[in-house]
Amino acid sequence: MKQNTKAAEQYWRRNLQIIFSYLIIWFVVSFGCGIVFVDELNHFNMFGFKLGYWFANQGSILVFCLLTIGYAVRMSRLDSEFDVHE
Amino acid sequence: MSLEQLTYLFVVGSFVIYIAIAFWSRASSTREFYVAGGGVTPLANGMATAADWMSAASFISLAGIVSFAGYDASGYIMGWTGGYVLLALLLAPYLRKFGKFTIPDFVGDRYYSNLARVVAVVCVMFISFTYISGQMRGTGIVFSRFLQVEIDTGIMIGMAVVFVYAVLGGMKGITYTQVAQYCVMIFAFTVPALFLTFSMTGHLLPQTGLGATLDNGLPVLDHLDGLVTELGFASFTEGSKSKIDMFFITAALMFGTAGLPHVIVRFFTVPRVRDARISAAWALVFIAVLYSTIPAVAAFGRINLIETVNGVDNMGTPYEEMPQWFKKWENAGLIAWYDHNADGRTQYAAGDAFTGRQHKPIYWGAAEDEVARNFYSNQRHVVNPSSGEFDPKVQPFANEIYVDPDIMVLANPEIAGLPNWVIALIAAGAMAAALSTAAGLLLVIATSVSHDLLKKTIRPQITDRQELLAARLAAMVAVLIAGYLGMHPPDYVAAVVALAFGLACASFFPVIIMGIFYQRMNKYGAISGMLVGLISTLCYIVYFKFMGGEPQDWLLGISPEGFGAVGMVLNFIVAYLVAHLTPEPPKHIQQIVQNIRVPGNSGSAYY
Repeated sequence: MKQNTKAAEQYWRRNLQIIFSYLIIWFVVSFGCGIVFVDELNHFNMFGFKLGYWFANQGSILVFCLLTIGYAVRMSRLDSEFDVHE
Repeated sequence: MSLEQLTYLFVVGSFVIYIAIAFWSRASSTREFYVAGGGVTPLANGMATAADWMSAASFISLAGIVSFAGYDASGYIMGWTGGYVLLALLLAPYLRKFGKFTIPDFVGDRYYSNLARVVAVVCVMFISFTYISGQMRGTGIVFSRFLQVEIDTGIMIGMAVVFVYAVLGGMKGITYTQVAQYCVMIFAFTVPALFLTFSMTGHLLPQTGLGATLDNGLPVLDHLDGLVTELGFASFTEGSKSKIDMFFITAALMFGTAGLPHVIVRFFTVPRVRDARISAAWALVFIAVLYSTIPAVAAFGRINLIETVNGVDNMGTPYEEMPQWFKKWENAGLIAWYDHNADGRTQYAAGDAFTGRQHKPIYWGAAEDEVARNFYSNQRHVVNPSSGEFDPKVQPFANEIYVDPDIMVLANPEIAGLPNWVIALIAAGAMAAALSTAAGLLLVIATSVSHDLLKKTIRPQITDRQELLAARLAAMVAVLIAGYLGMHPPDYVAAVVALAFGLACASFFPVIIMGIFYQRMNKYGAISGMLVGLISTLCYIVYFKFMGGEPQDWLLGISPEGFGAVGMVLNFIVAYLVAHLTPEPPKHIQQIVQNIRVPGNSGSAYY
């Protein structure tokens, strides 16, 4: 029982680290690139897009998808590692 | 076949499919009625979630809003997709592990308080009814536009269809119906978009076509920026809203999305915790297909509109030369023209062509009155033209055109010259978008009444069969109320939607997050936090939207649409402080919190 709790705590800490790092990316692409620094990024041009506009209307969606897919994959692996998968 | 026959065929055909699916997968227990028996595959649940989430507004209106607001509308695009990252990372897996039927279930059990449960039920009801009235209205509008049926009759037909498949099928029925509806909807939206992109840029994908270079050597967006600024509009790719306002609006939409009950409940339907994560990823991918197409549809639609109305020489197009769709949608009241400079040409520029509260045209006489039209040199007679003054320094002529944003999706296939079956498809797609969302909401309302109020609060002794019957009855009553609200919409539909998101953001999101991630959170903190979030958001929105508050008085320049995010922060702070001044939650509650954090045995432990 004691060992179980310890493993559960460790699992939770690892999970929180993953969530935290993913949410930083989530914040940077949307609120950072899409809103706060949009004017600065708009000076750059990429494939016919102003970069800031692209992040706000296309790039952020793409990154969001990658984040959720990445999280599902990453956590499935963590579940196996801690033997809590179903 | 004529367009009308084709439209009927598609719409009726899709209805038959939905009802057949619901009949084949009808629910026979409360568990099937509430969470589809918990056996939906992640892929199917992802699709169903996408259909559930993408409403009539996403399908019909959003492209138009983006088209006219440009960068300023990116808050919707980022907010309504980014919320799924929060759902996938912070909510879905743990709520699935918790393994109950509803959000009030979670709130009531985690905070060991029926008061908390009831507050949650009230929020659920308010959010869901606000939303569903818009969906019913949407169905009616689609009927009236494509099939020349009165809006109210259309609403009644929509009610009947939703009624049959939601009441009969429950969550199990609507899940598989929503899968079908997603397919119809996405096909109807993307096919015209692909054609439009290809015809304008030669690119196959709208997402890359938006960055393509046009025949005149300019990238699409630069060309559009040039066109609109010449006509006195703000640049398409740059914003006019303040950054702080954009920030808070986007945040409110994101956190609000993650707190919407009908979306969260979908993650209770999958078998395992990892399936909840996987289906959240699928849902976002399916949603992204539509949302990432929207900016392209919006930009191409705006370019087409400007070039059609103003002509190649940018002097305006003689009315006789306007394409057929212009007159069609003029008759439907979605486009209007008033010849301010009396030159017989249509001209589109910045400014309002009509006066009044919403600057919409008010017609005099019937649409088909050709005699009157000829008398007024081809115009439909309007009673509220604006003065027609304009500043020659910023634009070449006065604006003579009113355009309803919905036109960007509704008329797209016609503008692109696509065959009739594609146009007919749009009607079926819009209907699918409205019905799928309405059904999801309906179920949430029914569940709140039969499960959270009846079973969990008022009469715990009722049997499963009685509870199921109660759920069906509640769904019936909810359909009737939703239909009534659809026929008599509240005056400010858009404002009310802001309220729904604001409340979801300020109430549910914080309370669920703290329930999972902060073991020390107790009922006192949760309830006081929820109330502070709710009341502050409610007051701010009501004051500025309904009681005539002026924008210059906005707190830090944050518009009512974005205030939910402030309410959320207040909720967190108050909850934290109160929780620290009151005793910690009982041991068995802390045990629950530890339990939901780790997958394993998420199946039947609680039933």
